[in-house]
Amino acid sequence: MTSSSGAPAIEVRDLVVTNGEVTAVRGVSFSIPQGGRMGLVGESGSGKSMTALALMGLLPMGWSTRGEVLHDGVDLAKLSDKALSSRRGRTLSMVFQDPLSSLNPVRRVGDQISWVIRHHTGVDKRTAEHQAIAMMTQMTLPRPESLMRAYPHEISGGQRQRIMIAMALACYPQLIIADEPTTALDVTVQKQVLRLLNAAVSERGSALLMITHDLPIIAAMCDTVAVMYAGRIVEMGPVRQVFRHPRHHYTRGLLDSQPTMDNFALDGTSRLVSIPGMVPPLHALPDGCGFNPRCPAASDRCRTIMPELTGDTLKSACWHPIARVDEVAAQ
Amino acid sequence: MAIYVLRKLAFFLGAVFVASVAIFLLIRAAGGNVAAILLGKDATAEAINALSHTYGLDRPLPVQYYDWLVKMAQGDLGQSFRTKEMVSELVTERLGVSIPLALSGLLLGILIAIPVGTYAARNVGKLSGAVLALISQIGIAVPVFWAGILLSVLFGVRLGWLPTGGWTDWSQSWVGAIRSLVLPVLSLGLIMAAVLIRYVRSAVLDVMNQDYVRTARAVGMTRTQALLNVGLRNASLPIVTIIGLQVAELIGGTVIIEMVFSLPGLSRMILANVAAREVIVVQSTVMLIIVFVIAVNFLVDLLYGILDPRIRNAT
Ligand SMILES: Nc1ncnc2c1ncn2[C@@H]1O[C@H](COP(=O)(O)OP(=O)(O)OP(=O)(O)O)[C@@H](O)[C@H]1O
Ligand code: SF4
Ligand SMILES: [Mg+2]
Repeated sequence: MTSSSGAPAIEVRDLVVTNGEVTAVRGVSFSIPQGGRMGLVGESGSGKSMTALALMGLLPMGWSTRGEVLHDGVDLAKLSDKALSSRRGRTLSMVFQDPLSSLNPVRRVGDQISWVIRHHTGVDKRTAEHQAIAMMTQMTLPRPESLMRAYPHEISGGQRQRIMIAMALACYPQLIIADEPTTALDVTVQKQVLRLLNAAVSERGSALLMITHDLPIIAAMCDTVAVMYAGRIVEMGPVRQVFRHPRHHYTRGLLDSQPTMDNFALDGTSRLVSIPGMVPPLHALPDGCGFNPRCPAASDRCRTIMPELTGDTLKSACWHPIARVDEVAAQ
Repeated sequence: MAIYVLRKLAFFLGAVFVASVAIFLLIRAAGGNVAAILLGKDATAEAINALSHTYGLDRPLPVQYYDWLVKMAQGDLGQSFRTKEMVSELVTERLGVSIPLALSGLLLGILIAIPVGTYAARNVGKLSGAVLALISQIGIAVPVFWAGILLSVLFGVRLGWLPTGGWTDWSQSWVGAIRSLVLPVLSLGLIMAAVLIRYVRSAVLDVMNQDYVRTARAVGMTRTQALLNVGLRNASLPIVTIIGLQVAELIGGTVIIEMVFSLPGLSRMILANVAAREVIVVQSTVMLIIVFVIAVNFLVDLLYGILDPRIRNAT
C-alpha cells in the first residue's frame, strides 16, 4: 500500500454530480478512514450509484463532477482519465451489481482476473495466473484451475460475482466500493458472497464503501452509515446510533419500512410501514429539505430553507430532529 | 462447436437446394421454347424438336433438374448452345475480373468503415462525429454508378492518372489489370463503406454503454483502451453479421460498377447470355453466384461461432 499513514482512505468534499440539466448528487461530504467501512443507504434514485461512479471517475457520458475526492494523496476529481485509470483496480476498486453484464462475455474469467494483476503489477503471465488462482481459491471457487478457462455465461451467478470480487481485490486496493453486490443474486448465495467479500476486505485491511438497500447488511458489515435522500446525505454516523436513535425523519421511515422479526408476517398482519409518497424526480426537487413533501414533521422552514448536516458523532440535516430519549426525559 | 457447425452446414445445404430449385424453375419459366428461339422464325417443328432433343430439353423437368444438379456437383456447368464453349471456362475468365473487384471493394469498405465508424461513435455529440455521420448518410444516398462516374471524371479525365474504363487482362499485364481495377474498387469500396459506417457506429455505441466496458475501466483501462480492447471485440459480433448481410448489396454494386467501367465481368456475361436465351449458361452462372452468397453467410456464421463463446458452446 502506498497510503500516507493517518490520511483517510477517501475523503469527499462537497461532491456535486450533474449533467447540466439535472443534478443527481447535491453536495455530499464524507470520509472513510483506512480500513474503515461505511454503508450508504437510501431509496432507489437517491444518488448512491452516481456518488460511487463519481469517486471512480466512471460516470456515464455527459455527467461531470464538482468538489474534491481526496484519495492516496491526490484529488481524483482533478485527474485525467489516463491518470485515474492507473489507480482504478489498484488503489481503489469497485464491485458492480450485475456480474453477468459486468464481465466481458467473450473472455475467459481467468484471463479477466490475470489481466488486472499483470496490468498493475507487471508480473509475467504465469505469475499472474498463479495469483488469479490463489484469488479464486480464496473466493472458495471450486476447481479454480479449470474454472479459469470458463466464460462468464458458463458459471453460476454466485460464482460470477466471486470472480468480480476477485478482480476488484486482486491488487489489494485501499478502498473498495461495492454497489449492491448481492442484489442480483439468489437469496441462498447472497450470504455466502457477502461473507467472502467481508473476509477478503478484512484480510487486506481495505476500506469499504458498501451500497445497499439491505439495512441488516450494513449493521453486520459497517462501522458508519450515511443515509442519502434526493442527492444529499441527510444523516450520517455510527451504525448503531443511526439505526437505534435516528434524528432524521427519513431515516426513521427507512427503518420502519424494513422487515424485521417483529414487524414482518406473511399472513397479512405485517406492521411494515412504507414511507408515503415517492422520491421526487431530479427535475422537480422541492425547495428546502428534499424530504418535506413526505415528512410528517415538515414546517414552513422545511419548505424554504435547506437544512445543513450538523452534529458531532451523529450528524443529521433536519430542522426538527426526532428527540432522543434522554432529551424527552429532560423536558 | 461441432454441433453448431453441423447445424449451420445443414442449413447451408438446405438453402443451396431451395435456391437451385427456384433458379431452375424461374429460368425455365422465363426462357420460353429455347430451341424455337435459337432456330428463328422459319424453323420447322421437326427441326425444333430435334434440337430440343439434342439439348435434352424435351425430357421431363425433374429429370433435367436432376441431371443439371448432378453435373454441377461434379463441376460440369454445362455448355453454351451456340458457341459450344464450356460454361466453366467462360466463368473462370470472367471471375478474374469480378472476384478481385468484389472482394477488394468489400475489404476496402470494411477497412474504411471500422475506424471511421468507431471514431464517429467515440465522438458522438461532438461536431466531428456528426460530420462523419452526415458524410456517411450522403454516401448511402449516392447511387453506385454516380460515384463511379465522379471518380472516373476526377482521376481519369481531369488528372489522367488511371483508365476511365475497359480492361487489361492479367495475362497481358498485371499492372495494367490492377490499374483498370483501381477506380472501380474505389467506387465500390466507398459505397460499401458508407453503408457499413452506420452499422459500425451504432454497434460501437451500443457496446460502449455496456456494463463490461465500465468494468474494464474500473480495473484499470483508460476509456480508449476499454473501447479498443473490450468494446471493439464485442462489437465485432454485430459487425460481422452486418457484413454477411451486405454481400447481396455487394453483388448488386459489382454489377453496376462493371457496367459503368465497362469491365468484362460476370454480370456482363450473364446479361449477354440472357439476351441470347442461353438457358444453361445463365442458370449455372446465377446458381454459382447464389452459392457464393450462401457460402459467405455460412462462413459468417462460423466466424460468429469462433468470435462468440456463448454461441460456440450452445447446443
Ligand atoms: N445514465 C443516466 N442518465 C440520466 N439519469 C440518470 C442516469 N443514471 C442515473 N440517473 C439518475 O440519477 C439519479 C440517481 O441515480 P442513482 O443510480 O445514483 O440512484 P441509486 O441511489 O443508485 O438508486 P438504486 O438504488 O436504484 O440503484 C436518479 O434520479 C436517476 O434517474
Ligand atoms: S427538515 Fe423538516 S422536512 Fe426535512 S426531515 Fe426534518 S422535519 Fe422533515
Ligand atoms: Mg444504484
